[in-house]
Amino acid sequence: MTTNDLINHKGEVTRRNFLYITTSVVGVAGVAAAAWPVIDQLNPSDDVLALSSIEVDMSPIPLGHTITVLWRGKPIFIRHRTPEEIAKSVADNTAPMIDPAPDSTRAQKAEWLVQIGICTHLGCVPPDYHGGVPTEVEYNGWLCPCHGSYYDTAGRIRFGPAPRNLDLAPYKYLSDAVVKIG
Amino acid sequence: MASHKYEPKNKAVKWFEDRLPILGLLHASVGPGYGTPRNLNYWWNFGSLAGFMLVMQIITGIVLVMHYTPDTSLAFLSIEHLMRDVNYGWLFRYAHSIGASMFFVVVYIHILRGVYFGSYKSPREVMWWLGLVIYLLMMATGFMGYVLPWGQMSYWGATVITNLFGAFNFFQGMGNGILHLLWGGFSVGNPTLQRFFSLHYLLPFIIVGVVILHIWALHIPRSNNPLGIDAKGPGDKIPFHPYYTAKDAFGLSFFIVIFAIFVFYLPNILGNPENYVPANIILTPPDVEPEWYFLPFYAILKSMPSKLFGVLTMFASILIFFVLPWLDVSKVRSAKFRPATAFFFWLFVINGLFLGFLGTVLPTKILIHVGGGVTALTLGRIATFYYFAYFLIILPWVSRKEKTRPVPASIAQSVLDARKEA
Repeated sequence: MTTNDLINHKGEVTRRNFLYITTSVVGVAGVAAAAWPVIDQLNPSDDVLALSSIEVDMSPIPLGHTITVLWRGKPIFIRHRTPEEIAKSVADNTAPMIDPAPDSTRAQKAEWLVQIGICTHLGCVPPDYHGGVPTEVEYNGWLCPCHGSYYDTAGRIRFGPAPRNLDLAPYKYLSDAVVKIG
Repeated sequence: MASHKYEPKNKAVKWFEDRLPILGLLHASVGPGYGTPRNLNYWWNFGSLAGFMLVMQIITGIVLVMHYTPDTSLAFLSIEHLMRDVNYGWLFRYAHSIGASMFFVVVYIHILRGVYFGSYKSPREVMWWLGLVIYLLMMATGFMGYVLPWGQMSYWGATVITNLFGAFNFFQGMGNGILHLLWGGFSVGNPTLQRFFSLHYLLPFIIVGVVILHIWALHIPRSNNPLGIDAKGPGDKIPFHPYYTAKDAFGLSFFIVIFAIFVFYLPNILGNPENYVPANIILTPPDVEPEWYFLPFYAILKSMPSKLFGVLTMFASILIFFVLPWLDVSKVRSAKFRPATAFFFWLFVINGLFLGFLGTVLPTKILIHVGGGVTALTLGRIATFYYFAYFLIILPWVSRKEKTRPVPASIAQSVLDARKEA
């Protein structure tokens, strides 16, 4: 009987199919609402989010050296760039690039590069190759060993599968050589 | 000879069977009631070997959990404790880690057997899909299991693989949003380890469920066979038990010997020694690579010039198997009667092994010293091209054009013909 009613009144707004539709909508909404906590519990928890910013005094870093500090569980590369590196990077501004960016956008003060030390391809930490890369392609910055992404002295991606330059950490200068990251 | 119904003689058994016909179900699925083509060769052994490995992994895995601690500060130490202090702890761990490799070997052969003999073709498409679902679940399970010891390869493998999903960055922040959701933090960390542990425990049981569906789907059209023709009359079939239970058990005994050689004499040969170094979140090891069973797909990923395209190509390389039944339109199932198809199949297998090798080398490395030199990247692109060409160009074209060899009228007839020739 009930199924007959449905068939006969197909397309019409009857009391019965109104009830079917509203019940289904409420049911689906209920399931969706219940599913959200199951998904959201996977997201970073409050204690993880609460990880505060860090302050780094960069003055002890000698010219031409990089230090690695941890921020939110990620390595941050702070490099004290030499005038030659800066000059090379500025000269390369017009070279063809995967993610074009002039050197001036890479650092607030040209001699200090503060970037997240994670390859934008698949998240490896690229080692420092400022002494020269041991392969045919030379960009003298960082080389990711995982899939061969080459970054130059300004952390710009020059060759390889990575889509973006090394991400810059959010930072501001508290004094001449002290930065607050985060 | 073929299927006869299960009729228990014992009254108590009959009483039980009337209330829950489970013995009849077993009788009809893996017992004398399952009429099987009489000509199955040893390539058909690998389905039951895969089943054996699944049970093996679950048993050893449950033992490991009794000694393992899923916490980044203790995971590595608890594995070392298991290896050094727990009675036979080393045995369970090696059986489980080598077992994962054995499981993949067996499943790869099982899949390739299906490709060669046309087991994916009508009417077995749904069984084929279910098998692929099992394979995808195995990949997820294997990957998450490899993360649990929290060594260098665990950590960096987890970082690279989870970052694949960051490629889906269609609007600002989407990629990072997905990653933070997967990690439960801003990088792979303790929340990641704990959820991987939870899922690594769960997924094998899901696999058991899909295996049951896979076998259920098998029992509708029943087993394919090396000739690829349907088993018709009773002369074509023999009961699964005792014939194939015995044949499978015989094959299993050989398999266990190989398995044991690895567990007892070469337990670390398939792993990366770097994983005996505890995870270090600021030091990526010089050669991050996945377990051997993922290497061909890793090579495909590395061959692509862009991140998103690389990730999509890698996923496509597995998902393409789902449409295989419609790419190959030949009426003849078995490559035994399709010489051109057989040739391209073996080329596909060799190409797959070559991709596996390419997965281990840096893309810029020069492998062939001719002229300016041919890099691994170039070779990877050629091999990736063949991988997809096999499915999208060669199979559709060859299966339409190829002149197939004459197919015997029945399985029984082919046996008689073979006897006449001898």
